[in-house]
Amino acid sequence: MNTATNRKQVSIINTNEPIKEETKTIYEVDNFNLWYGDNQALYEVNMAIPMNKVTAIIGPSGCGKSTFIKALNRMVELVPSVKMNGTIKYNDKDIFSSKYKVEDLRTSVGMVFQNPNPFPKSIYENVVYGPKTHGIKKKKVLDEIAEKSLKEAALWDEVKDRLHENAFGLSGGQQQRLCIARCLAIEPDVILMDEPTSALDPISTTKIEELVQNLKKDYSITIVTHNMQQAARISDKTAFFLNGEVIEYNNTDALFSNPDDKRTEDYITGRFG
Amino acid sequence: MVTREQFETDLKKLKEDIISLSNTSVRALNKAVDTLYNQDLELARNLIDDDKAIDKQQLAINDQTILLIAKQQPVATDLRRLVIALQITTDVERMADNAKNIAKSTLHLGEDHRLTVHPKIKEIRDMAVEMNTIAMKAFEYEDISIAGKLSKMDDNVDRLYELIIKDILNETATNQEKIQYVMQMAFSARYIERFADHITNIGENILYLVKGKTYKLN
Repeated sequence: MNTATNRKQVSIINTNEPIKEETKTIYEVDNFNLWYGDNQALYEVNMAIPMNKVTAIIGPSGCGKSTFIKALNRMVELVPSVKMNGTIKYNDKDIFSSKYKVEDLRTSVGMVFQNPNPFPKSIYENVVYGPKTHGIKKKKVLDEIAEKSLKEAALWDEVKDRLHENAFGLSGGQQQRLCIARCLAIEPDVILMDEPTSALDPISTTKIEELVQNLKKDYSITIVTHNMQQAARISDKTAFFLNGEVIEYNNTDALFSNPDDKRTEDYITGRFG
Repeated sequence: MVTREQFETDLKKLKEDIISLSNTSVRALNKAVDTLYNQDLELARNLIDDDKAIDKQQLAINDQTILLIAKQQPVATDLRRLVIALQITTDVERMADNAKNIAKSTLHLGEDHRLTVHPKIKEIRDMAVEMNTIAMKAFEYEDISIAGKLSKMDDNVDRLYELIIKDILNETATNQEKIQYVMQMAFSARYIERFADHITNIGENILYLVKGKTYKLN
């Protein structure tokens, strides 16, 4: 209760604190446009993806989110008739510059896909495949990489006694964590995940989500997801894509509690079609 | 266009239930103050008894809200709608408790006293009732400009409350025979002032719903 003698001059006071912005950026995307033939899939995308954070990309089917994530490791170039302009800088270097070797980019940027895609080899061989390709031959070193990567992917305890069995013998959730371990074995800085849990059951999904939380200490993670609750749970920043445009890119807490754009609000509250 | 029709219908019903409960609390306040003026002990007892139904209704609204949170997994404005539903319902139930306390004051004073109930108690009650009308309108239309009016109205209630207290103390505090009267009058004025504070809280919840930020109205 206010007393008559002690009445505040301004009666409406906002008590919220402003949200602090991250400073370090791993990817700087500037005015990026992309076409498949004559169809423009991305329009003037501008985004600074922070280092050692989880960035979620959400949006309805066909909004360009997978195209965008595949541009980040130049996988999108594999599609014939693709055209682009604008820049994507990874650690301040333009990844589409003629001097930039795609192999260097892919060594630093790992990717995990929607459906687990282990190689038809043993669990061990799956993990050490990358390092072997990069020329590492010593068994002791490879053993260490396998153990470290599988531990980081929270799979070690489940597979340590059957490393040389075929990877297809693992469950879907285990196969996906194996793919993450395979990705970690090349010691990337960035992990791109394209709907990594959409083919998994809730328990496996929870394990991957916990894993993502643990990995962000050492890696910058960008994750495309159809599961908005997942984006809200695990990401620090969220971008909402619609028809190839970034409608809103904001701190996840703000985007899911009080979005700036009406279209974001409509999408996340399920009033959009 | 996806509209989530069932969810919209459920939200509408929830809002109607809360408004209805708030109107029940206001009716209780109106009657409680009447019992004070009319020395109507029977009505006072009935009001105290009726409060149990209000408590029950509050729990039913809470259950309904929690079920919607669990089933619809709301975010952003939808989530705030449900969170403030819980808070507003709590305020409304406490408004009713304050009305009940006034009925208890009527019982304390009994029917034999020949004292005049302070005329401004009715006035402060009417101000609180008017605040509820405004708050429920703001809640129904999710209108922050209407909710903002509550700040000034609450200030007016506070001012009148202080005046009543001052009046009572000046005139009668030294009179031993009137101690019980002074206490019950002061309590009753205080209950109405608290009633209005809860309405102000409702206004703050509406500001939070619309703006997504916390604002103070009192």
